[in-house]
Amino acid sequence: MEKQIRVVDTTLRDGSHAMGHSYTEEQVKEIAGRLDDAGAFLIEISHGDGLSGSSLNYGFSEVEELRLIRSAASVVKKARIGALLLPGIGTIEDLKRAGEAGISAVRIATHVTEADIALQHIREAKKMGLFTAGFLMMVHMAEPEEILEQAKLFEDCGADYVNLADSAGYLMPEDVRRRVEILKEHLTIPVGFHAHNNLSLAVANSIAAVEAGAEYIDCTLRGLGAGAGNCQEEVFAGCMERMGIASGLAMEKVMDAAEEVLEPWMKRPQVIDNASLMLGYAGVYSSFLLHARRAADRFGLKTSDILKELGRRKMVGGQEDMIVDVAWQMKGGRLR
Amino acid sequence: MKTAIIGPGNIGSDLMYKILKNPVLEIGYVAGIIESEGIRRAKGLGIPAGIDGIGPILENPEIELVFDATSAAAHKAYAPMLRAAGKRVIDLTPAAIGPYVVPTVNYQKINQEQEFNMVTCGGQATIPIVAAINQAAGVEYAEIVSCISSKSAGPGTRANIDEFTVTTAKALEEVGRAKKGKAIIILNPADPPIMMTNTIYTLVEKPDEEKIRKSVMEMVERVRRYVPGYELRTLPILTGNQVTVIVQVTGAGDFLPVYAGNLDIINSAAVAVAEKIARKESKAL
Repeated sequence: MEKQIRVVDTTLRDGSHAMGHSYTEEQVKEIAGRLDDAGAFLIEISHGDGLSGSSLNYGFSEVEELRLIRSAASVVKKARIGALLLPGIGTIEDLKRAGEAGISAVRIATHVTEADIALQHIREAKKMGLFTAGFLMMVHMAEPEEILEQAKLFEDCGADYVNLADSAGYLMPEDVRRRVEILKEHLTIPVGFHAHNNLSLAVANSIAAVEAGAEYIDCTLRGLGAGAGNCQEEVFAGCMERMGIASGLAMEKVMDAAEEVLEPWMKRPQVIDNASLMLGYAGVYSSFLLHARRAADRFGLKTSDILKELGRRKMVGGQEDMIVDVAWQMKGGRLR
Repeated sequence: MKTAIIGPGNIGSDLMYKILKNPVLEIGYVAGIIESEGIRRAKGLGIPAGIDGIGPILENPEIELVFDATSAAAHKAYAPMLRAAGKRVIDLTPAAIGPYVVPTVNYQKINQEQEFNMVTCGGQATIPIVAAINQAAGVEYAEIVSCISSKSAGPGTRANIDEFTVTTAKALEEVGRAKKGKAIIILNPADPPIMMTNTIYTLVEKPDEEKIRKSVMEMVERVRRYVPGYELRTLPILTGNQVTVIVQVTGAGDFLPVYAGNLDIINSAAVAVAEKIARKESKAL
């Protein structure tokens, strides 16, 4: 039987970071419509930091995410529409509102060692009848055995699959394999993988994840996403076809969506420049990139120096505020 | 003044040590529901303690004030009994039956209440700053980000993450006087454990750097009177009408390790309120 995987498109969520959370209802309708037609299994739509992420810390959404979800729901016919939720930022109440706006799936994300803050949320999501994933971020910061322990907590409380995110784009293919394999061996629920391209390995790592048994792979059009971006969907579609693996994606439809719809709206090309390279090298959460650039500008520092220090301090996802702290300390407590 | 503690866990035990050090407070009883380290600890220190519920507290007329360090559900059950027995109550759970109190900010307004709620650790760490900025500049919006070490986040915190964000946001508005509040909490497992850091973002009406700085620094000195480990990591940073301040809380290490500043600040605030009641003082700290 032909091997089969499912693609989770996160252009409208991780991509939101790269867009400064400025997606409009028109943009969402167009992109979601094309993704639905192109064969994405799940289309994730939220602020980059998940439901209720709109804030000074992470950047305000130009258009309220619930309106974006409703817009997508009005055009999507086949794919599921999902949200991301980070306990500590979004709440169960936010999840319920997203449910009313039209999601049929949710992924609840925690730092790789803190799965137990998500258990209430996963249980509630299941009660709501949502397709629910437990999502571990920054998986380079824990060894496979510890990741398994955390993943088991998700499995025990009813998650439909566990998603491993290389949020810093730090991992090598072998690191990805070991993490996916151990989960595949010991869990009864499927495993997914979310790559970042800071070391130019997003597609390769995603292929390694598939080879190790991952069944859900996160992709974005043109790799649009935080840091240097994510696994580039149109490229990944081609690779899966070459490898004889059914991904559900129609490669040329994905290519057209990327070029005709997304590309004209992109604010900057998704390249690996020095700062995004430093994210991957030092193991820093990808969404820090644009905030770190702004702080570097304001305080008269090098972005990569700020990022290196954040890596040294072992900052985790969500700690954008520490960018200001690092910049302040580096300047000896003075502004430029 | 004689007090009692319900709930001999980490918070209750740390409270115990703080009260023992306090010149005007003493502990008449520690109540739990199961045999535990905490109960043994209390007995070891010569403090009456038991696992038969709060009867011994209700029946003891000498006990004037009770700290509840159990859970929201348990406190909702105890509250009417404590009220009927004429006890004043400091609630450290998310039950929030009584009004929120932040000793440097609103004690004066509510000092006659029978019951107080201590909000959250993040609330105690950030509301003083928001109030100080509000006084100087008028706060339209306040957003706080509390980061605590994974080690100092116990099962209670982990099962109540939503309550933390919602309660803290409410108190930013009701006590901090922000027109709108938002709260975020992050757990960080770094080793060695990080100290509790709190970032306070505000959007203000009148961004006067001098006035804001003065107000914030005065407030920090007031908080340090009961939380010596409370300090600024940055001065107020102004960008247009946005003010950013970062504070750090290093715990006193009475019982809990110093990185558990989050637990220390809520306990210190609770003891500060109790001390005011004992001294019959009506003004804010």
